Amino acid sequence: MNTVTPGQYLPESSSDTTRITRSFRAEKFDFWSFFFSGLTGLATLFILGILATILLNIIINGWSAISWHFVSTIPKKDFFDANTTGVLPMIVGTAFRVIVMTIFVIPVGVITAIYLTEYAANTSIITRIIRAAVNNLAGVPSIVFGLFGLGFFINFVGKNLDKLLHNTDAVWGQPALIWASLTLAVMTLPVVIVATEESLKAIPPGLREASLALGATKLETILKIVLPQALPGIMTGGILAVSRAAGEVAPILFTGVAYYMASLPGHLSDQFMDLGYHIFVLSTQSPNIEQTRPILYATVLTLLMLTFALNIVAILIRARVRKKLRALG
Amino acid sequence: MGIHRGHKARPGEWLAEKFIFLVSLSAILMVLLIFLFVAREALPVFLGQTNTALVQKPIPPVEMDKHSPAELQAYLELTPDQYAKMNKATLRSLMDVKVEAQDDVPEDFRNDPDAKINTTEWKYLVDSHKWSGYDKPEYIWQPVGQIKKFNIIPLFVGTLKITLIGLLFAVPLAVGAAIYVSQLARPRVREIVKPAIELLSGIPSVVVGVFALLVMATVLQSIFHYQTRLNAFVAGIALGFAVIPVIFSIAEDALTSVPRAYTQGALALGASRWQTAWQIVLPAALPGVFAAAVLGFGRAIGETMIVLMVCSASVMSWSIFDSARSITTTIAAEMAEAVNGGPHYRILFMLGALLFAATFVSNMIGDFVIHRFKLKLEGKR
Repeated sequence: MNTVTPGQYLPESSSDTTRITRSFRAEKFDFWSFFFSGLTGLATLFILGILATILLNIIINGWSAISWHFVSTIPKKDFFDANTTGVLPMIVGTAFRVIVMTIFVIPVGVITAIYLTEYAANTSIITRIIRAAVNNLAGVPSIVFGLFGLGFFINFVGKNLDKLLHNTDAVWGQPALIWASLTLAVMTLPVVIVATEESLKAIPPGLREASLALGATKLETILKIVLPQALPGIMTGGILAVSRAAGEVAPILFTGVAYYMASLPGHLSDQFMDLGYHIFVLSTQSPNIEQTRPILYATVLTLLMLTFALNIVAILIRARVRKKLRALG
Repeated sequence: MGIHRGHKARPGEWLAEKFIFLVSLSAILMVLLIFLFVAREALPVFLGQTNTALVQKPIPPVEMDKHSPAELQAYLELTPDQYAKMNKATLRSLMDVKVEAQDDVPEDFRNDPDAKINTTEWKYLVDSHKWSGYDKPEYIWQPVGQIKKFNIIPLFVGTLKITLIGLLFAVPLAVGAAIYVSQLARPRVREIVKPAIELLSGIPSVVVGVFALLVMATVLQSIFHYQTRLNAFVAGIALGFAVIPVIFSIAEDALTSVPRAYTQGALALGASRWQTAWQIVLPAALPGVFAAAVLGFGRAIGETMIVLMVCSASVMSWSIFDSARSITTTIAAEMAEAVNGGPHYRILFMLGALLFAATFVSNMIGDFVIHRFKLKLEGKR
């Protein structure tokens, strides 16, 4: 940070001697500077205010309605009833789809990041195309991922799989947990790639050079020296991907989510209930919004606690990685 | 990372390297697949192979041989693949079904001119039409009922309306906060504010939707006193909440990457912190800030759940206090009731393809501008 106070030692005009003495005062007051600095500060405060309002509103309203019974109950068909409802199947469904997603996205994302940082020449055309593709993937609307899941995974992969396995009923060619997870894996791929790349770049080149100088091959260096060092960053990427995916509803709308299921999902070809989708159902399809309001807030709080716990862990790890990166210059 | 082996790779190592390279291509593959498979489902609309006309002149099955295969395929609404797989008997029975379907058309529609129209033609998709029962040509999206109206203009207007409100709200706030955090705030303040705003992006959009639906809609109505409680204005502001972190982090990044020598030079010449930020740093970082707005636009146009929860009716209106329905919302709300493979389903996929194209272009512009900007700052251009 710069500690020189602006305008402190410099006279406005060297010919005016009286101004020289005056400009030696601590700081010249400039109204417009003050005004506009204040405006930007207010904008920042306003954004923080929005964040605080959303969080407080949900925590205050949700806290009084959430209970152990609520979190651990499988609801009956009419889940709008505040006394008997619960969110256990939604928590299980959300966790299930996110875990399956992680199994697919982490290896692919990490290997891509390894290629981009360790092997690829930055100027080569293929590297630039890969980077452009990653950036683009990050910007594709989530509903388009949903359409993609329906058009590719269900209508193409699933239907052909059914044909191959000679299933008479649609087993894979219909919305299912595996397709929702795969759709989310495609969606969160850029998150994992970017976070892993960042942590790989934070590792000093000296470590690699030392390993290579001792006779290790490039692959050995990556597997035994680079990757263990990059583990926090990879974890951050995974956590961020999970927290992003846990709250997404649009991509799973057509690929696997169910309005109601009497039992917990047990197979990859099952449909599942989901926290985010349940929030959407509760807030838009309730017969009596005043009565469902407490359970709606309790469900929102459950989802928020899940994603926020993950987010805070990720932000903490990332702050440490970035500090390390900055220290390296 | 610029370290190269002096010796040749071992076979295992060579294989592993090739494998790593192949896996890293998956991002490219995914973008291609998304485009291919969304477009594939929408293709019949682009090729004019869908037909929604209620009253058609039926071809008697006995005259089957008088028509060319292409005509029959279009008449039976089949894809070339499906058509090729069918033998004559199946085709004949399909044609019987077609004739019977004509007999089932309700009496009221027999003489309705609209019933003879194929509403999936481009003319009806993008231009206004005087539907029977209306006094003047209108743009209508009404995909259910006997005569399905698929005019996509109300959806475009709705999307544009909501997105613009969101951006007008989010860009000044996010850029202002970015200037404050990167240029004016003390390091200690910065280290608290930055993660906090990043946390805002961690709030799932359904949660923002609930907040907008239950709290914001009421508050805004009591301030502005408009008629409909849930409208494009509320949706736009809520959308702004979701876009602020995106714009903020890119703009902040751009402002921070302006070389420190610029700032120090300006301060040494006696400029105040604000003058430095406004006249030196901001102009230098302008391409980055512009890219932030463009990428924010891409994010806003694709946001689904917030808009889905806050407004729904597809009204053709430019007023921001009317309800509006965006493209994303339409896809999300109607896909479940659209018949798999039917015209409605195809048109929803077509909307998805257009959306994909729009965000693809805005991402490309944003990335290109940022790339040029970074090169310029590094003095490579």
